[in-house]
Amino acid sequence: MQIEASVPQAVPSDPSVDLNQVRSIIQEFKTLPGAMLPVLHAIQDALGYVPPSVVPLIADELNLSRAEVHGVISFYHHFRQQPAGRHIVQICRAEACQAVGADALVAHAKAALGCDFHGTSSDGQFTLEPVYCLGQCACGPNMQIDDDLHARVSSDKFNRVLRAKRGVQ
Amino acid sequence: MSASNTSITVYVPRDSTALALCAEQVAAAIAQQAAQRGISINLVRNGSRGMFWLEPLVEVATAAGRIGYGPVESEDVAALFDADFLNGGQHRLALGLVEEIPYLKKQERLTFARVGITDPLSLPDYLAHEGYAGLRRALTMPSAALVQEVLDSGLRGRGGAAFPTGIKWKTVAATVAAQKYIVCNADEGDSGTFSDRMVMEDDPFMLIEGMTIAALAVGATRGYIYVRSEYPHAIAALNQAIATANSANYLGDNILGSASSFHLEVRKGAGAYICGEETALLESLEGKRGVVRAKPPLPAIEGLFGKPTVINNVISLASVPIILARGAAFYKNYGMGRSLGTLPMQLAGNIRRGGLVEKAFGVTLRELLQDFGGGTASGKPIRAVQVGGPLGPYLPPSLFDTKLDYEAMAAVGGMLGHGGIVVFDDSVDMAKQARYAMEFCAVESCGKCTPCRIGSTRGVEVIDKIVAGQPQQIKLLRDLCDTMVNGSLCAMGSMTPLPVLSALDHFPEDFGKGELGQAA
Ligand SMILES: Cc1cc2nc3c(=O)[nH]c(=O)nc-3n(C[C@H](O)[C@H](O)[C@H](O)COP(=O)(O)O)c2cc1C
Ligand code: SF4
Ligand code: FES
Repeated sequence: MQIEASVPQAVPSDPSVDLNQVRSIIQEFKTLPGAMLPVLHAIQDALGYVPPSVVPLIADELNLSRAEVHGVISFYHHFRQQPAGRHIVQICRAEACQAVGADALVAHAKAALGCDFHGTSSDGQFTLEPVYCLGQCACGPNMQIDDDLHARVSSDKFNRVLRAKRGVQ
Repeated sequence: MSASNTSITVYVPRDSTALALCAEQVAAAIAQQAAQRGISINLVRNGSRGMFWLEPLVEVATAAGRIGYGPVESEDVAALFDADFLNGGQHRLALGLVEEIPYLKKQERLTFARVGITDPLSLPDYLAHEGYAGLRRALTMPSAALVQEVLDSGLRGRGGAAFPTGIKWKTVAATVAAQKYIVCNADEGDSGTFSDRMVMEDDPFMLIEGMTIAALAVGATRGYIYVRSEYPHAIAALNQAIATANSANYLGDNILGSASSFHLEVRKGAGAYICGEETALLESLEGKRGVVRAKPPLPAIEGLFGKPTVINNVISLASVPIILARGAAFYKNYGMGRSLGTLPMQLAGNIRRGGLVEKAFGVTLRELLQDFGGGTASGKPIRAVQVGGPLGPYLPPSLFDTKLDYEAMAAVGGMLGHGGIVVFDDSVDMAKQARYAMEFCAVESCGKCTPCRIGSTRGVEVIDKIVAGQPQQIKLLRDLCDTMVNGSLCAMGSMTPLPVLSALDHFPEDFGKGELGQAA
């Protein structure tokens, strides 16, 4: 959704972001036709998010206004503007998963992680995100942690999978 | 593949649904047991047959054919070896010859003919199973004849709108431009659909071949596959297959020594449902917000970067190789009325045997739900099915004898869309489903028009009031739906009322029971 106006940042310089790294990522992709999404993906893949402090750099290199760059970042659900937990937990909320108990799984996940959607568990391990279909609709409810898919996820299975991710067997 | 003559070939799927059900662990366990027992096996990672209740479905090649075992868990593997499954031995998980399983045997697989059988990333495997026969024929034909062949096949776009593919191609072919594009719409955002994903993961060369034929037909030299970010496995498979096709000269400059060139690239979406709408997808590919463009101009005339562009769904493009290989007449022999060929349908949600069913158009919903699907997974009666994705209406059991064909579905107020069928048992709360449809529209609207952007949020509020005990608000909800239908630029806003109104019309008893509260 793009109607939510995430406040345009004042863009303070952020010492935790290596601007040289970002610059070289942009160089790598900027000649592609329609380079914006590939650039943003590469930055988020490298840093875990697209920091507001890199918006002017992208705008400069792609010859766009900062507002345009910010507009694109905020339009897409995939891009985040602040750091996330170590792992991204996506739970499918779409119809086929609803038909087999996705709502109950979501409620369990929120309670187990102690956070709402878009929030991060207090130990910084897991960020919880909704997703609208993972293409595994014959075997719901489904979730994806980073790039690992899990089908027919019960509350127990959810706990087991997260324990394994934490490294506690 | 290096199948040595002495070793037995064992298949463990690499399809992501199989992976979600621990296929990787099963494959590792099989390799480990074989090593431990000193048996040499040839472990092939095939695609999925699409019988997901049997995944991971392990197959063994025997003299009689491929014998299946499933669903296999890694704990079962030692016992399978003990039961001599490598020679088709008896075991509690044995399924007999896979091709004889009724669910598969009753299908008419044209597009999915190879899926589940081959190693998706093996070009030799693809070639050995009729792969690139379509392209080889296409290379001998003038482009106008190629367009005509697709026109004659009766193929209509499988992405939802069912527009004749040949007519779209003809427009692009007839438009003069220095650069033209082929864009594959692989955004597959509809809940309950996974046939595009399966093609990309389980037979990616077929999509590449279809796009290459499209390029020859219209004179395009560049193509993009826009894949949603939710599909990392599909993206990886496509990238690997494209690299292979490039190095074998099935892509790139002077394809197979011809004068034609085609360069293909995968682009990753970023989690926006509306980017499945074709003009929003083009905006997104150009690096902008995925906001819908008004038509005209049609993308066929002014598409990607303002140039003539064929934009087709994955299944539409993947249907082209067999049309070229076997001829238009062969393909159009399947189907009924103006819905010709086959449609890969997807059984999802609360269903006992969920999976992919490719049949000629004309099968009834009841056949799919009962004969193939076996009823609900919960064992309770089916109360409603949603066909055609989140913008499709909910159908009650009284309509289950409807034939699945574009016109027959439309006649009962339904839609076929991308062939996704989501099943709900009698525990479903239809007011909650109606509310969700509005909520989904509010979250995913591109924001260009008011009825969709604001109307959907109002819709959620009005439904909350109705269930909180204000039935007089139902009239308001119907008015609001009317405004959305008539005042929206694209189907997101104009079709969201379908699931809402169908819930209200077919399941009125669920509206006004009292508390729905903040359940969603
Ligand atoms: C809101 C919305 C979402 C859509 N999502 C998809 C999609 O995910 N995949 C798809 O192929 N077509 C989708 N479409 C249909 C496309 O706009 C377009 O009709 C299709 O890509 C054309 O290809 P075809 O003729 O091969 O079907 C969507 C349409 C709308 C209005
Ligand atoms: S109907 Fe909705 S999604 Fe479609 S153009 Fe209008 S605002 Fe955008
Ligand atoms: S609806 Fe959940 S994976 Fe498709």
